[in-house]
Amino acid sequence: MTEFAKTFLDVCLTLSLVMLGIAFFLTTARIIIGPTLPDRVLGLDMLTSVAIGFIAVIGIDTGFTLYVDIAIALGLVGFLATVAFARFILARGKTADDDEKKDLRKIDGDPNETGDAAIAETGRHR
Amino acid sequence: MIGAILTIFAGLLILGGSAFAAIAAFGILRLPDLYTRMHAASKAGSVGSGMALLALALVSDSSPEALRAIAAIAFFLLTAPLSAHLLAKAAYTVGYRMWPGSVLDEMPEMEATTRDAHTPASGHPALNAGDVTETKRD
Repeated sequence: MTEFAKTFLDVCLTLSLVMLGIAFFLTTARIIIGPTLPDRVLGLDMLTSVAIGFIAVIGIDTGFTLYVDIAIALGLVGFLATVAFARFILARGKTADDDEKKDLRKIDGDPNETGDAAIAETGRHR
Repeated sequence: MIGAILTIFAGLLILGGSAFAAIAAFGILRLPDLYTRMHAASKAGSVGSGMALLALALVSDSSPEALRAIAAIAFFLLTAPLSAHLLAKAAYTVGYRMWPGSVLDEMPEMEATTRDAHTPASGHPALNAGDVTETKRD
């Protein structure tokens, strides 16, 4: 029973490291493609939480639970960074770079969705 | 015996937590606008890392490590909604729009009230839909 538990935990650790790596990759892709500043700030926030989960999984895997302290500090720093960025967004206002009309992506099978022209038209009427 | 059960439970917890994190990252890449992305990221991200930290607390031998992990969970659950709400409110106040497929916007018009910051007063998307580039600072 104990042997089975150890093997099961090993398989779970490998699988979850793979999934957390995928999460890192996808979040980094969102940070790179943006397109607006709040999207990037949200991606950084998400990256912090994924990193905390990664630290916990590494702590189970290798026994280096010292990193849990670093995870707490990382959570604090990430929270403060997000708060500061939110204040900055509030103070900066919206700039011309944030043309988010281009990024309104098509969700498959959406009835309101007929192409870029329709999206631009809707955006103009709002 | 009880140790084996705890180990299996911890394995299931980290599997679920990292699945939550991966789904949240997929949602952050796939969803159409900032607010729906925020819905994916803030909820599933905090639950994902919280489950992994709970598994660490279950597996660890000494109680200070477990207490530290539980303190990290408590801290993270405390701060994640705050930062998400603050970011969403700042983005909405400044005038980032929802995507055209959204059906309801119950939020009233708000004015940005950052002291000493010359924020444009009309930040609502209904008001400055056409003139995005008009935001100027002096």
